[in-house]
Amino acid sequence: MRAKPILLVTAHRLAILAYIAFALFPLYWLLKVAVTPNDLLYSEGIRLWPSRASLEHFDFVLRHSAFPVFFRNSLIVSGSTAVIVTILASLSGYALSRFNFRGKYWLVALMLLTQMFPLVMLVAPIFKILSPLGLTNSLTGLVIVYTAFNVPFATFLMQSFFDGIPKDLEEAAMIDGATQFVAFRQIILPLTLPGIAATLGFVFTAAWSELLFSLMLISGNYQATFPVGLLSFVSKFSVDFGQMMAAGVLALIPACLFFLLIQRYLVQGLTAGAVKG
Amino acid sequence: MAYAARYDGLPARRPLMKRITDGAAPYLYSAPALILIVTVMLVPLALGVSYAFRDIQLLNPFSGAFIGLDHFRALSEDQAFYRALRNTLWWTGASVFLQFLLGLTLALLLDKPFYGRGLAQALVFLPWAVPSFLAGLNWSWLFNPVVGPLPHWFFALGIMSEPSNILSDPQLAMWGPIIANVWWGIPFFAITLLAALQAIPRDLYEAASIDGAGPAQRFLSITLPFLAPTIAITILLRTVWISNFADLIIVMTNGGPADRTQIVASYIFTQAFKRLDFGYASAIALVLLALLLAYSMLIVILRQWLLSKD
Repeated sequence: MRAKPILLVTAHRLAILAYIAFALFPLYWLLKVAVTPNDLLYSEGIRLWPSRASLEHFDFVLRHSAFPVFFRNSLIVSGSTAVIVTILASLSGYALSRFNFRGKYWLVALMLLTQMFPLVMLVAPIFKILSPLGLTNSLTGLVIVYTAFNVPFATFLMQSFFDGIPKDLEEAAMIDGATQFVAFRQIILPLTLPGIAATLGFVFTAAWSELLFSLMLISGNYQATFPVGLLSFVSKFSVDFGQMMAAGVLALIPACLFFLLIQRYLVQGLTAGAVKG
Repeated sequence: MAYAARYDGLPARRPLMKRITDGAAPYLYSAPALILIVTVMLVPLALGVSYAFRDIQLLNPFSGAFIGLDHFRALSEDQAFYRALRNTLWWTGASVFLQFLLGLTLALLLDKPFYGRGLAQALVFLPWAVPSFLAGLNWSWLFNPVVGPLPHWFFALGIMSEPSNILSDPQLAMWGPIIANVWWGIPFFAITLLAALQAIPRDLYEAASIDGAGPAQRFLSITLPFLAPTIAITILLRTVWISNFADLIIVMTNGGPADRTQIVASYIFTQAFKRLDFGYASAIALVLLALLLAYSMLIVILRQWLLSKD
């Protein structure tokens, strides 16, 4: 009787291990090639770890390539987008959560619509609109476009966080004489800080990963974001695998930081759902 | 009645100015977001629809005239478009099917409590945080026989006659982006399905096992019915999303070799980005939009029909 549970438990753990290996192996390989010196890259082939590791590729990428510029551009674009979207989305999310108004149905319908149609449809028209305004090949143009793309989802996200906060709180403050906006700013917003952090993280990662509009709207090296810079580097120096992968590892850092931040929250959200259900 | 009105807080006796500002409040809160969405998404969308009927080429200053249905006539004879359509079906079908199957299995595995579950969960969900362009590059390097191990492993296993890059093999190239997409998308399905799994009341399982139901029976008569709505909506949304998802293909193969991995979304992008033919790109985009709408309608109608049958 005991043999069967042990067999089942072993199979379960092995399956989990297989999933972990599948999830991590590509990232592990990225790191492995990034630290392999050039002279060992071809001679040692597919060894799982090079006999000698070095940081020379990182050193080159950080000091002699345009990647620090790409990194800075991406940081500016993603950071500004995240902050602006979060401000706009907390305002509109609050409106959806606390007010009943005639245009509400249309607002929600409009925001859902923007989530349904292929964004690639907008590549050409947006280029045509931004070009005479001098907003192509500019980080500001990218921030505007990314902000608009991310506001609908962020609004729904913020709305769900506001929904979780009892209405009595700001009603009490308004009885004490505060206007609704003051109550919103001083009582409700501080209570949604975890939600605000999550929204910031989601939007930052989305903007950091965006490729197509960045490719279309940015042409010079000087304004290139990380994805565009990495792709042009790949097509130009397609033999410098060590350097490309070192740059790839650098592009991974902000995403992983965000993931570590949100990871616990993700698990918490799941367990909260379990308790509620 | 007068008292009741006052207790309800109805704005019966408030001054006119106050009533106007109160009524305007929700609009003021949502105005910035609304204005931005309308100018940056809705106006370009309308403009894009009009481009489909115009001759718009970025490099040709004399273009811009209305040409009616010419783009659509050209499209109906464009063999590359039909191939892209078939590729889209294959790319979307295979990606969604594998992501769902592996995601559901992972969610079921993680639903059991075990030592180190938090850590395991964090590790298997990590690909979800990897930027899509990097996922694409990373997998195209893994498939590259110069630096990647996969061709050598396939060769050692006897699957390949020599360690070659599947991304340059017209017969196999589509599997590259599909595998990258599956790797990248499993966590999404697993997270959603795990949340749904954990919302199933545990006592149901206990009651069922007291009544003598085995694990398979419990899965079929408790787990699946509870998951069904989540599964349906996730698959619908994911199908639409993946058929529009061109990043991996543009990064890994750029539609090649010989258009074997070109999907409709990447074809639109290529027309706009490489050929700078905005009119034709918009016409294809309009057809894609119509197809996706038809698909969504079909699913909704199918669902209504299934519900009314019960």
